[in-house]
Amino acid sequence: MTALELARAQFAFTVSFHFLFPAFSIGLASFLMVLEGLWLKTGKGVYANLYRYWLKIFAVVFAMGVVSGLVMSYQFGTNWSVFSDKAGPIIGPLMAYEVLTAFFLEAGFLGVMLFGINKVGRGLHFVATCAVALGTFISAFWILAVNSWMQTPTGFEIAANGQFVPGPSWWAIVFNPSFPYRLVHTVIAAYLTTAFAVGGVGAWHLLRDSSNPGARKMFSMAMWMAAIVAPVQILAGDAHGLNTLEHQPAKVMAMEGHYQSHPDGAPLILLGIPDSAKGRVDYAIEIPKASSLILKHDPNAPLAGLDTVAKQDHPPVGIVFWAFRVMVGLGFAMAGLGLLSLVLRWRGRLFDAPLVHRLAVAMGPAGFVAVLAGWIVTETGRQPFTVYGLLRTAQSASPLDAPAVAASLAAFAAVYFAAFGAGIWYLLHLMKKPPLPHEALPEPIPVRAAGITPAAALIEGAGQ
Amino acid sequence: MIDLTVIWAAIIGIAIVAYVVLDGFDLGIGILFPTLKVGPERDVAMNSIAPVWDGNETWLVMGGGGLLAAFPLAYAIVLPALYAPLIAMLLGLVLRGVAFEFRWRDPRHRPIWDLAFAVGSTVAALAQGIALGALLQGITVVGRAYAGGWWEWFSPFSLLTGVSLAVGYALLGSCWLVWKSEGDLQARAFAHATRLAIALLVAIAAISLATLTLEQQYYRRWLDFPGVLLTAQVPLATLIVSVLLFRALRLRRELQPFLYALALFGLCIMGLAVSIWPNVIPARLTIWEAAAPHRSQVFMLWGASVLIPVILAYTGWAYWVFRGKVGSEGYH
Repeated sequence: MTALELARAQFAFTVSFHFLFPAFSIGLASFLMVLEGLWLKTGKGVYANLYRYWLKIFAVVFAMGVVSGLVMSYQFGTNWSVFSDKAGPIIGPLMAYEVLTAFFLEAGFLGVMLFGINKVGRGLHFVATCAVALGTFISAFWILAVNSWMQTPTGFEIAANGQFVPGPSWWAIVFNPSFPYRLVHTVIAAYLTTAFAVGGVGAWHLLRDSSNPGARKMFSMAMWMAAIVAPVQILAGDAHGLNTLEHQPAKVMAMEGHYQSHPDGAPLILLGIPDSAKGRVDYAIEIPKASSLILKHDPNAPLAGLDTVAKQDHPPVGIVFWAFRVMVGLGFAMAGLGLLSLVLRWRGRLFDAPLVHRLAVAMGPAGFVAVLAGWIVTETGRQPFTVYGLLRTAQSASPLDAPAVAASLAAFAAVYFAAFGAGIWYLLHLMKKPPLPHEALPEPIPVRAAGITPAAALIEGAGQ
Repeated sequence: MIDLTVIWAAIIGIAIVAYVVLDGFDLGIGILFPTLKVGPERDVAMNSIAPVWDGNETWLVMGGGGLLAAFPLAYAIVLPALYAPLIAMLLGLVLRGVAFEFRWRDPRHRPIWDLAFAVGSTVAALAQGIALGALLQGITVVGRAYAGGWWEWFSPFSLLTGVSLAVGYALLGSCWLVWKSEGDLQARAFAHATRLAIALLVAIAAISLATLTLEQQYYRRWLDFPGVLLTAQVPLATLIVSVLLFRALRLRRELQPFLYALALFGLCIMGLAVSIWPNVIPARLTIWEAAAPHRSQVFMLWGASVLIPVILAYTGWAYWVFRGKVGSEGYH
């Protein structure tokens, strides 16, 4: 493999691992905020218990997100130095704002959120929880602004030394054409990821004890999210797709498997095997004219295919095509489970439906898979460019020897699988424990004994 | 007109100082971890930094992100040049970061995570020191890119700076423990601090002398008359602070050793600034050559001037919440 391919493999590996954690912690932080808010408002112990239950899980997820994110902030320079030099004046300030407005906020209040419940009052503690939740959202805002600018660059000028430099308006850079769509679609995806993880855990415990109030509450809350937000996400995804068609048509062609242009109505290929060498999709199962109907709202509208795009500008079709189908398939499955939960709720059998609970457990990881698949669609679909249409990936990499990149990739793989593999195992272990049925309020917090972490003591205290 | 490039160099400098001052002591505790007794001693040491390490490490992201934002060309040259040490640092930080959480989750495998914490912290400290040394000894630059091999960073000098920084962090860590702990742990921390302070002073002297031989620029900057009258104040102050540090340790003062150790770090960084200024890559690239365009600088300056004070305020508040000794009964 060349140094370039290794660098791409390394970025794909480190960013995919990283993305799992914020996708969970963005949603989980908001969930915790809602739980603590509901507890403060209603005084019901079940919310306080759930808060403490998910706080432990949040702590582990967040730690993994922080350290894997630290790696990302250096990957741009270590492996993509030419890209950093050229795009730095644009993306650098946006990432600096992410650090200043989000990372410090999260990190500054996380300590109080995790360990400070007996050090500050309830109100201040709630403020800390809100600050962390807000921080996760602000972080998504800036990093997606960066990513969107790479997809649909606007508001820049090109300097004599080849750098992309800001034009007169930063607004035009931050609010580039794909940003609002990507932000909405990604943040909802994070919420759904969390909802299905929470719902899966709730369902797991309902299968063991359908009277556990914590399990009932978390399953119910998760299913409300699924029922309301999954359909919204389908609409948001559709809008995002139309935006992509406008600004990155080649990506949509790859998503749809449209090698050829269709002058009078393009078919929607449901499944098939894309063959880029021959420029066709084998064994295609397709609905005539449906793609034109979805993308142009007219069954007979012409749709251009990859035959209109220069060969050297084609994104890899197979991976984009498949990842897109995984994402969309899971999206509809999520909406389906949400709908099913509404029916059950209406019949008063939400907590008494083992088959559906089994389905919810099986779909617990669905959000993570969908988020990764979506990320693959948008990132691989941007190829062969880093800054779409302007800077090629092949011209973005650092001048490194292949053995250096290979060695670091191997080291990342070893450390990530060991550290995050263990972390995920601990997460599953935490999730396996049922939320305790009835607890005292978070006050008074038990005094920490030596050797017991505050968070653990908090949870144990919940049993008193 | 105010030179924004100088302001940004100062801000990045402050971020690096903040990082070294804040993360230094918690990396140092990781380095010292194997010398602490399994059980309450290690738990107290860990608890003393658990609420704050994440915020401390954010300054490293700020340093890296800020460098990309304000001096993109420097970022693009330095990171490939320091490839191996930086990757090692990141992996070390991954290991120690997850260990904070994992050691509590899994008592059966706690020895493994304690080891990961110690090894990760030590590797990160060594790697940061090596990266600094590699920068000081000079890197090969052609045009707008790094042009050396992937082992160029490796030299006796960079190994010396690596070990020295690890010793320095360990000193900060032991002084932090002196401040935050009691009893046996504190006694052990006092003993460590004294030995480490001696080692650090030897290391500072060795690095200072070696630095003079590295580049003409360093030699002239330090020893040309009349500049020497000014630059000589740095080693003088170092000597005075050292005496104060040893005195505070002998008198069993609790907070003073930490402050003097921080002052030693401050003087070392000041010394670095004397050698390097006004370059961002020593002897290769000035801050003006590497600077981001004016519009990028202005846009960020608005954010930085409003947000950095706010960040310092709530970070200070978070430290205040967890003030006092970390004993077997939690924070008093």
